[in-house]
Amino acid sequence: MTTAAQNASSARPPFIGTNVPRTDGASKVTGRAAYVDDLPHEPGELFGATVRSPVPRARLRGITLDPAFDWSDVTVVRASDLAVNEVQCISAEQPILAADQIRHAYEPVVLLACADKRKLAQAVRAVKLDLEPLTPVLDPEQSFAKVDVIWGEDNVHKRFSITKGRADLPDPAGSAAAIEAAIASCEIVVRGRYTTHHQEQLYIEPQGVIARWDDKGVHVTGSLQCPYYVHKALVHGFDLAADRVHVTQAVTGGGFGGKEEYPSVIALHAALLAQKSGKPVRMIYDRKEDIEATTKRHPAICEITSGCDRDGTLRALSIRILMDGGAYMTLTPVVLSRGALHAAGVYRWDDVRIDAIAVATNTPPNGAFRGFGAPQTIWAIERHLDRVAEELGRDPMDLKAQNMLREGDTTATGQTLRGSVGVAECVDKALTASGYHDKRKAAPVVRGRVARGIGASVFMHGAGFTGSGEKHLKGRVAVDLLPGGRLRIRTASTDIGQGTETVFRQIAADAAGVRLEDVDFAVPSTSYVPDSGPTVASRTVMVVGGIVERAAREVAARVRAEQEASGGEFTAAADRLLTKEREVTALVQYEHPGWVTWDDSTYKGDAYPVYGYACDVAEVEVDLDTLEVTVTGFWSATDVGKAIHPVMCKGQIEGGSLQAIGWALWEDVVWKNGLIQNPRMTNYIIPTALDAPPMHVDLVEAPYAYGPGGGAKGVGELPMDGGAPAIAAAVEHATGIFARDLPLLPERLLELQTTRKGFGAKGAEGDPKPQALKG
Amino acid sequence: MKITLTLNGRSREVDLPPLVRLLDALRGPLGLPGTKEGCGEGECGSCTVLLDGEPVNACLVSIGQCEGRAVTTVEGLSDATHLGPLARCFVDHGGAQCGICTPGMLISAEALLARRPDPSDEEIREAIAGNLCRCTGYQRIVDSIREAARERAGGAA
Ligand code: FES
Ligand code: FES
Repeated sequence: MTTAAQNASSARPPFIGTNVPRTDGASKVTGRAAYVDDLPHEPGELFGATVRSPVPRARLRGITLDPAFDWSDVTVVRASDLAVNEVQCISAEQPILAADQIRHAYEPVVLLACADKRKLAQAVRAVKLDLEPLTPVLDPEQSFAKVDVIWGEDNVHKRFSITKGRADLPDPAGSAAAIEAAIASCEIVVRGRYTTHHQEQLYIEPQGVIARWDDKGVHVTGSLQCPYYVHKALVHGFDLAADRVHVTQAVTGGGFGGKEEYPSVIALHAALLAQKSGKPVRMIYDRKEDIEATTKRHPAICEITSGCDRDGTLRALSIRILMDGGAYMTLTPVVLSRGALHAAGVYRWDDVRIDAIAVATNTPPNGAFRGFGAPQTIWAIERHLDRVAEELGRDPMDLKAQNMLREGDTTATGQTLRGSVGVAECVDKALTASGYHDKRKAAPVVRGRVARGIGASVFMHGAGFTGSGEKHLKGRVAVDLLPGGRLRIRTASTDIGQGTETVFRQIAADAAGVRLEDVDFAVPSTSYVPDSGPTVASRTVMVVGGIVERAAREVAARVRAEQEASGGEFTAAADRLLTKEREVTALVQYEHPGWVTWDDSTYKGDAYPVYGYACDVAEVEVDLDTLEVTVTGFWSATDVGKAIHPVMCKGQIEGGSLQAIGWALWEDVVWKNGLIQNPRMTNYIIPTALDAPPMHVDLVEAPYAYGPGGGAKGVGELPMDGGAPAIAAAVEHATGIFARDLPLLPERLLELQTTRKGFGAKGAEGDPKPQALKG
Repeated sequence: MKITLTLNGRSREVDLPPLVRLLDALRGPLGLPGTKEGCGEGECGSCTVLLDGEPVNACLVSIGQCEGRAVTTVEGLSDATHLGPLARCFVDHGGAQCGICTPGMLISAEALLARRPDPSDEEIREAIAGNLCRCTGYQRIVDSIREAARERAGGAA
């Protein structure tokens, strides 16, 4: 940094680390922020709708348009109209419209558009699908057993293994035998099977896009997280040159992963209707359609066998993960990968074998959802360690603390942690703030028919893309100099509520030594922002924020050089430079830290450059008659490296934690014969303000040397990981019921209680059970 | 049918079939898209507006029912040049993330503060229990409303 820059930046305190008002705040609290369905209707605009399959698996023999219906002003698109019938994602196996096979309920078959919304609804009913139903495969275990082949040769979307220590043998059978032997040689062996269920993202703004065509190509504006994913899908689907596809993000009312890959589908649909009709087409899902047709969290089954010493030292771990990918592969391999990479938890193990499998079923494709596979496997390993602790007669957090990864330790993939490991401080802070130890030592408090208990979880979450992902992706950001010494950030990283545009401004303002209000954030549109990579994987602040920082610094350095050469204020120098050069822009590309090594074929090396860590504590009350669970307090201490904006950072942690609490206790997609029984907000229950506990969040800062703003790490997904196991541990403390399956619905807990299937029912030392449940 | 109502303090007339949802009338012909639709069946609260001072779901009210009555939407809570104290507290204290629930949330909070200037946290949570938010975990919304109450009572210093 030049002297002038130092002067400029020391002239005011830094913005990083302060709670500046969020820059999109005013427009959001006045109702001026324009979400996609708030955009004015264009002349001639049509509404779009989708005719979907009512059954989970069938041969599609034909489509009939009711001859009695007036189709004159309705645009109809079928698979037979398409030149390319592929949604480009990781692969292109999902059709845009079903052609002859129905592979899941709600699969799109026909697209319709009409200017009159009411007539459009009638038109949907006037399309008759001639279907020959086939027996669906709905259970992932049956799919894996190949009772019927519904996808590829063997129904398997992806399978791989992670091996360490004695299990690290190339031959799967040999590796499996080796891990069994390693576990068998341990003093204490514990087995368990843990399952998790679907979860709907339930962003409050449903999916929606507006598409239109003109002489520049196709334009899509919508509610979406990843403009370049949609761009890629449109380029592929319409076989267009990249510069003929223009994707713009409207203000987006929540995503949580649900608007990562799915918007490609709705964008293709609207663009097809717009192309055929020659008119703009607005396609906005209603809530029922959104819940039924769009992606959800992958259900998972984890079977764990572990061995440890009598003193609690963890030794050997074997896990089999089976995830349900749904009818098409979409992002499943990546979700499975992240799930498997988090399956060993935040612990040291000598010998590991993780066999990770994802299979197809005849259900809608499962997809990205905050946490991306990790909450499923962290649920399993945290519950499993609770079980091990019980076997040893130890407090679970005591056992966990004994085995937690420290700087210099190696993970299941052989990655040596090089610092920024704040987990011990997280545990210490969360347990102290919640009074965990005292409450835990005291017997669970039973007042009348209500039992109170407390439980905790500890976990980590890899920030950024897995392995060499960031290296291949080469995310880019541009920072432009504007008249008057202003800067403009151009990036494809979207703000979907998490505060990206505010945080990026803070980073750029400090890097350049300018005022916050002198930094603009360009609306993310593929026509003028470079591809910074998708807004996923807790990578936005840490990875893309780092590029913003470098780009802003570079632009400012050029202005300061001009200032030093010819004097004057920063603003004057900026204007001179602009006059001279016409355009002053820094286009900067991500540089992965040189030491990161990763081998995709063996799953070995630095799975993530760094991890965020957290400890969650939940205090619950359980009604002993109904077994209904209320979370009365929630504490989290989270190591974020460096909080750029503490209020927004805590807001992410609180919001993610409540999604985890909802997943643990209430949120349940109810299926019957492949159909969703509760596709509405009245019966798919997310927490209200009364269900949500008071939240107490502490930030721990163990800076990441390569993170922006003095060490920021990703925080977006981490808070989804630990809520469920903390609550289950608290329920166990209160009632003695050991739950292995989510969600913790009263009827499930009752069954565990009456059948004594809960391991905890036999009680353990130092963990007395309430009187009310004995005998 | 011609319907006259007082909208955000001004008299407005619309010509619509009386069974059109107030939500559609606001977002369409009345030109106020600040009120949002999250479910269309009275569950999410993103369409909350004040009808004669009482919070209602605009997706469940017909425009015909608004004849001669006063409707307040989020656009009526702040003026063009500066934010109302409640709105500002949402910005300052992290009460809005994606912002889609915010208009309805602000209306419910406004109704609460009108009848209870000094609410407890429990009362705040009850007042917004019909407004679903998927982003914040509610804690900062509660904080924002509590802070606004304090400021309105003149305790801001
Ligand atoms: S849209 Fe009216 S309550 Fe959800
Ligand atoms: S801020 Fe996104 S739903 Fe409330």
